[in-house]
Amino acid sequence: MKGLCKSQVLKKFWSRFFTYAFLVILSIMIIYPLLITVQSAFQPGNIVAFALNLHSHWTLDNFRRLFFHTLYLRWYGNTLIIATGTMIFQVIVVTMAGYAFSRYRFVGRRNGLILFLIIQMVPTLAALTAFFVLAMLLHALDSFWFIILLYIGGGIPMNTWLMKGYFDTIPRDLDESAKIDGAGHLRILFQIILPLAKPMLAVQALWAFMAPFGDFLLAKFLLVDQTSITIAVGLQQFIIDPQNQMVALFAAGSILAALPIVILFFFLQKNFVSGLTSGGTKG
Amino acid sequence: MTMDNKINKKAIRKAGILSIIPGLGQFYNKQPLKGIIFMSINILFIIELLTFGISSIQNFLTLGTVPIRDNSMFFLVEGTLQIIILFIYLVVWILNIIDARKTARVYLLDGSRKSSSITILKNVWQKGFPYILTIPAYIVMLFVIVFPVLVTLFMAFTNYDFFHTPPAHLIDWTGLSNFFSLIFLSAYRSTFISVLWWTLVWAIVASTLQIILGILTAVIVNQDFVKGKRFFRTIFLLPWAVPAFITIMSFSNIFNDSMGAINIQVISLINYLLPFIHIPMIPWKTNPFWTKTALIMIQTWLGFPFIFVIVTGVLQSIPNELYEAAKMDGANFWQRFTKITLPMILFATTPVMITQYTGNFNNFNIIYLFNAGGPGDVGGGAGTTDILISWIYKLTVGDSPQFGMASAVTIIISIIVVGVSLAVFKKAHTFDSEEMM
Repeated sequence: MKGLCKSQVLKKFWSRFFTYAFLVILSIMIIYPLLITVQSAFQPGNIVAFALNLHSHWTLDNFRRLFFHTLYLRWYGNTLIIATGTMIFQVIVVTMAGYAFSRYRFVGRRNGLILFLIIQMVPTLAALTAFFVLAMLLHALDSFWFIILLYIGGGIPMNTWLMKGYFDTIPRDLDESAKIDGAGHLRILFQIILPLAKPMLAVQALWAFMAPFGDFLLAKFLLVDQTSITIAVGLQQFIIDPQNQMVALFAAGSILAALPIVILFFFLQKNFVSGLTSGGTKG
Repeated sequence: MTMDNKINKKAIRKAGILSIIPGLGQFYNKQPLKGIIFMSINILFIIELLTFGISSIQNFLTLGTVPIRDNSMFFLVEGTLQIIILFIYLVVWILNIIDARKTARVYLLDGSRKSSSITILKNVWQKGFPYILTIPAYIVMLFVIVFPVLVTLFMAFTNYDFFHTPPAHLIDWTGLSNFFSLIFLSAYRSTFISVLWWTLVWAIVASTLQIILGILTAVIVNQDFVKGKRFFRTIFLLPWAVPAFITIMSFSNIFNDSMGAINIQVISLINYLLPFIHIPMIPWKTNPFWTKTALIMIQTWLGFPFIFVIVTGVLQSIPNELYEAAKMDGANFWQRFTKITLPMILFATTPVMITQYTGNFNNFNIIYLFNAGGPGDVGGGAGTTDILISWIYKLTVGDSPQFGMASAVTIIISIIVVGVSLAVFKKAHTFDSEEMM
């Protein structure tokens, strides 16, 4: 009896030990590379080693150089404009489509849903030239509306699915009873459903906002002038030349670019779990 | 009775036939507003055809005859746009016939033919609301996704390469020759096969690892006794929160052979802590095998938080009684995991998991930004770690662009990816469940 207890205690100890060991090691593996990037942003001049060195000399030189000797602030502004435009319009389009797919039964609904799921798998990379030519035909090179449109379109399929999934979790009785009370389509949508979908709307807004920060391929092709490129393209220029990699400058620009998104991420973290879980799964 | 039926059918047919010229059927049904709308769409379309359409279709068919004056690529793009416009018009035209016939039938059943423009508008709003909601999404996708896919499809049947760059040279239709080169020309075929092989290995291994790590982490964090859940969850979200291009480019430095943290810090630390083993410096960026290993590790790092979040949600929705009952029956931890937890997770998240695989199949950013597909190459313009999508990129922007070939490869990829995913979805009965659809 006593032996059993002891072995159980031991088992409990080991299971806890391994659990925390796992969590701590994984945390270190996540934080370590990020910390290296953050730290290298504060290192002077050209970096000899891209590794963690807490005794190094800390300086703000890179940020000064970034602000006053490169177009970084301009790129930052461009990215913010493009991201905001993408966010506003994508959330509107995706909310409308997701709501229709969730709440109405109409001819073409099922095939529409399958199409949305499949179409995002087709790579459109080879057609970069096509976008470039289209932009030339429309005199839209370097203009933000064109690239915003492309980002919106790229995000529609997946996000419509997730949005629909979230609407599915909002009980139907709510809109049924409103309908009986004589509420029209718009009133049900704006006064009943949308307020309940706020967590997911926030998540959708964040994703749409993030996309232009992360993409550099489309931006590289369609934004030609140095004054109209986005952060991703601009930062890549710092390290593209293997002979003259400005790693510290790149790191400084990176953490400033990542900061707003990381902050938003943690503010919305709670919405995230609920939004994604109901949106991304069947149950 | 049969007489009536005959007359009815005649009226319906008449409305339908009249609608071949859009609007006439609606006028016949005494719906002038609808008639005017359909008719003006038709007139606009005819004007468009005369000013732009017909010539652009002609140019599309020839792809230009005089170099410099004619730019084949412009013709190709304009022709594709014209095909899309034609398609939209066709949809409107069919809708117009369906509408005329339907209205004719309804009126004959009701016996009345009066319906004011206002009731029609109301009707459109009431019945057409889901369509009004989805139309913007379809229109944007038509130009942002369908348009490039069509252009790619067409380019695959041309000889668009560095010998034929407009406007100095013309592009020509060459039928299936790109596909033949891929299959029969040994240089292209061997490149294609080796790149495809690594693409498959990459997509399967990287996605599976990120799914396993995501599920494992979620299950471990979700244990009742774990303290600081919020703290750990916050940290585990970081790889997702930081824009991927930043972390990939940082990793590219961290894995640098001579000045990167992995070689000069991590490996020396491991050697110090475990004196009985000795790991040498690893050629992460110069040896294909190690570059591939690094890529897979980095993708696992980048991709697991998404799975972690989703699985955490699923775990929280599994009722506790299920586990209690299993415990009563004497099931141990492993049995509970494989018999309850895992099936629940997989059932709930199949579509998301599949998008992980297709996403990695086309994951251009990590391959290109980490080591530009290098080191070295396997011929045909592809590097040793290039996957199909980054090979396509190189075929498109390299020193000797091969747009036609790149498009042919894209078409083949798309058929593989879409075919396999459809099969998996079908097998998982994704489209059958009412909840899902």
